[in-house]
Amino acid sequence: MPAEKPQEKPRSFQSLILTLHDYWSAQGCVILQPHDVEVGAGTLHPATVLRALGPKPWNAAYVQPSRRPGDGRYGENPNRLQHYYQYQVILKPNPPNMQDLYLGSLEAIGLDLRIHDIRFVEDDWENPTVGAWGLGWEVWCDGMEVSQYTYFQQVGGLDVSPVAGELTYGLERLAMYVFGVDNVYDLPFNDPNAPLGHLTYGDVFLENERQQSEANFHGYDVAVLKSQFEQMEQQAPLMLARSYQGKSLVLPAYDMVLKASHLFNLMNARGAIAVAERASYIGRIRDLCKMCASAWVEQQEAA
Amino acid sequence: MPQLLLELFSEEIPARMQTQAARDLERMAREHLAAAGFLPEALKTFAGPRRLTLVVEGLPIAQADRKEELKGPRVGAPPQALEGFLRKAGLTQDQLVERDGVWMAFLEKTGRPTPDIVAEMVEAIVRGFAWPKSMTWGSGKLRWVRPLKRILCVFDREIVPFAIEGIESGDITEGHRFMRVGQGWGGQPFKVRDFDEYAKGLLDHFVVLDVEERKARILEGCKTLCFARNLELVEDQGLLEEVAGLAEWPTPVLGDMDPVFLDLPAEVIRTSMRTHQKYFAVRKPGGEGLAPHFITIANVQAAEGGKVIAEGNAKVLSSRLSDARFFWDEDVKVGFAPWLEKLNGVTFHAKLGTMAERVERIVALAREIAPLVGADPDKAAEAARLAKADLTSQMVGEFPELQGLMGGYYARAAGMDGEIADAIRDHYKPQGPSDAVPTAPLSVAVALADKLDTLVGFFAIDEKPTGSKDPYALRRAALGVIRLLQAVNARIALNHVWQFSQRELVLQMVSASRVFLTSENSVTTRTSEVVIGGPRRASYLIIGDVFFIERERNSERPDHAAFARKGVAEAIKSHPYAWVLFEDAANKVELARIVSKHDKFGSFEYGIDARAALNFFFADRLKVTLKDQGKRHDLVDAVFALGDDDLVRIVARVEALDGFLKTEDGKNLLAGEKRARQLLQAEEKKGPLPAGPAVAMSGATSEEAGLITAISLAEPAVARALHNEDFAGAMRALSGLRAPVDAFFEKVLVNSEVAAERENRLRLLAQVRDAMGRVADFSLVTG
Repeated sequence: MPAEKPQEKPRSFQSLILTLHDYWSAQGCVILQPHDVEVGAGTLHPATVLRALGPKPWNAAYVQPSRRPGDGRYGENPNRLQHYYQYQVILKPNPPNMQDLYLGSLEAIGLDLRIHDIRFVEDDWENPTVGAWGLGWEVWCDGMEVSQYTYFQQVGGLDVSPVAGELTYGLERLAMYVFGVDNVYDLPFNDPNAPLGHLTYGDVFLENERQQSEANFHGYDVAVLKSQFEQMEQQAPLMLARSYQGKSLVLPAYDMVLKASHLFNLMNARGAIAVAERASYIGRIRDLCKMCASAWVEQQEAA
Repeated sequence: MPQLLLELFSEEIPARMQTQAARDLERMAREHLAAAGFLPEALKTFAGPRRLTLVVEGLPIAQADRKEELKGPRVGAPPQALEGFLRKAGLTQDQLVERDGVWMAFLEKTGRPTPDIVAEMVEAIVRGFAWPKSMTWGSGKLRWVRPLKRILCVFDREIVPFAIEGIESGDITEGHRFMRVGQGWGGQPFKVRDFDEYAKGLLDHFVVLDVEERKARILEGCKTLCFARNLELVEDQGLLEEVAGLAEWPTPVLGDMDPVFLDLPAEVIRTSMRTHQKYFAVRKPGGEGLAPHFITIANVQAAEGGKVIAEGNAKVLSSRLSDARFFWDEDVKVGFAPWLEKLNGVTFHAKLGTMAERVERIVALAREIAPLVGADPDKAAEAARLAKADLTSQMVGEFPELQGLMGGYYARAAGMDGEIADAIRDHYKPQGPSDAVPTAPLSVAVALADKLDTLVGFFAIDEKPTGSKDPYALRRAALGVIRLLQAVNARIALNHVWQFSQRELVLQMVSASRVFLTSENSVTTRTSEVVIGGPRRASYLIIGDVFFIERERNSERPDHAAFARKGVAEAIKSHPYAWVLFEDAANKVELARIVSKHDKFGSFEYGIDARAALNFFFADRLKVTLKDQGKRHDLVDAVFALGDDDLVRIVARVEALDGFLKTEDGKNLLAGEKRARQLLQAEEKKGPLPAGPAVAMSGATSEEAGLITAISLAEPAVARALHNEDFAGAMRALSGLRAPVDAFFEKVLVNSEVAAERENRLRLLAQVRDAMGRVADFSLVTG
């Protein structure tokens, strides 16, 4: 649906985020803040993985800083980061006009849909670590993937019913496109004309990329990571076995699954996971995640 | 006659599923209509990014009234049977008629209105559609490939009313998702009542319904763009099919590529364009390399010829090609050694080890085969060692379809021998019937070793192709072997390859083995059991048709090894049939075991049986190949039955035989051989045939004497020709028998009352049969 009046185009990375917040807030989403545990993707926020399950409606939007230790390039690659922002929208049940709502959000951030080539290209999403899959598309704008659009079918090995629709915007990439910037570090983080001064994405994050890359590839002690992974793996079921007011502690247990998942990613970046071990680690995390998912659904259905 | 129009309008359907969906819709509609007794004049379906459409011409407004006869139970059958029948027919007993002792019901069925039937049909189609993957959405239970939004269903210009899971049928569809008549953007709904209105309405709303028209529009658009810039389109049928399923209003847009990327291999640029971005590549007319442009197929016709779209896409391509450049630079820097190391971590198949282990086998096999195809064994081994290295390079990780090709480029970049680089590049070839066959000896050696190892491996673990299933492309591999051998006229005994290759496999994969020695078909008479423990990669040897352990390296129990050698060797003397069970102790994978069918471990073919299966598989593939070349497949059987395992020789024999059987002599001799063979078979039933050659007997007719002379001349001539592999010569030698054989059968009575005469004549016929049997098994010639 075309917007009634053309909005002012965002002028910075942060105003792009604020525009999306405004847009999805107006649609009725709760605007959440990031989850405070390291995750590899916005999907892993409990607001998506857990809230997608169970019978209750849920509409939320949030920014999630995402960490992919293996993607670090010491700040030297203009397109690749080990820490970046994903904008995540979860609509459950997915409204019938979800595609139009999504296109409206693109228009809101300044893409003129009459002159760009927007395409929905088949992409079946799956995340084996959390036992999740769905059908949907990569959304292309002039040949560039700007979002992932998925109708969740299963999470944690359980059917998602009603179906939740998920949108993931790669914020840096989208911003680079909207602002015509070729290097992520040159993105205007705030308004270039702001009275108190102007910062670029590089001013905010370049040093972080450098230090974290070194830590990811060479700094972390593999033995420590491994032992932390095992601790999380042991703790999660114990937490699930414990209950308060008749409910097992699924939310803290899920945090432990997230930590285990991040520790696995760190070990992977350190080259400490042999190819043959990979599947087994992923399987271990998935099993924990399935336990959390089942416990969560039980609580949701009982409530 | 009235027309039916159905449109199932949904969110974007994956491009790769559209063609099949149109076919399925057509098939399902035909079946449903036929089951209702309709024979439409015409039926056509269309599939596109957001819609499946069916149009049926010439349906009546209702089914014809029908008379139906139902046969009920016999008169006097139990009352329950009769009651049941009455219920089913919806009648009372006085409405039944007795005929030949059976109750009959005569029903008059009034034909139902067509819309009722259509409504049922659509519901059955929607609920029963076989999408490769389907989903649910919202709170509903309906499954479709993506959310189903509208159902347009009009019959004879009227809406066929029904609802499926809350979606009501109607007469409304909508146009392009973005382009619209007038201002703004967004799909515009409009009403239609028949197909003409529908097709025109769609066109007015920027939707090309027919995929063939979309393809034509794309090609035309591309060519116009190319013409204006003096460029030539690099045509790509697969890509055309795909992009035609991605846009309702496909509009080619030419963009510019930064020419600095032109020093990347053209295949890399094309693959990056194609797989990541779905762009067509262009070149200068008549030129070899690519031109620094691309064509993307947009879904919208935008302002200024899609200037914004072209610029955006150019930027994306630049970043893709920067990645490719990065991969290239990194790969060239890193080189082969670390890649080979990484192959240890790449599983080829759980039961066939890592890619590094596979490389070792291919190396050994390439070295073995090299002399047979005129290649240097050391070079062949080196090329084979490097052939799979690029699998762990960054570029091939990104573009798997460039395997081999990149290895070749990288080998050259590393300054390696050009022949070795070519062998690495070409060793996957031929990839299909239309792919070129390498002919450089080194390339042939590695290409053969690659395919033969694949075949031996998957046959060893019983992963043979069945029916239409051939997940490891073994048929293609066998066809590749046949084409390679033919291309260079290489003489290779397949049985030797199987034995060699299986030994390599078992040497690698088996770390502990149990050897059961037994008489045929019985485990209860097991005479000895040998268990040998040893580290993985201990060495075992398989010789001949019976496996046994010859030597043992690093065994934990050397005494066991010695015992095994002694025990097995002795047991083999007394037991011609041995069953061997191999287990991979390290991985608990029972890799290659041969056990009797009665053994508690179950039956698992390997070794001798797998060899027979491989030969049979090749005979089969060869038949298909020769059939494609217009040769008779029964002749392949006739020649294969001789037990030859040299494909080139087999083909030569088939060709000679084919030529021979087309001559008058050949045809007649075939009839003569058949007569002799049948006669001998009948005689064999009475008792053993007399042995030895026929002798010239006194009083023999001239026909008998003539055949004796002819066979005594033909036998050595055939033998000589066969020895020289002059199969046409052997056939010529045989054709000298034709007239004497004909004359013999005409004049001479084989079953003479004189026993000595009869025996001599039988010996003579046996000689004829045997002489001919040396070139083919004529009993298998059917044509």
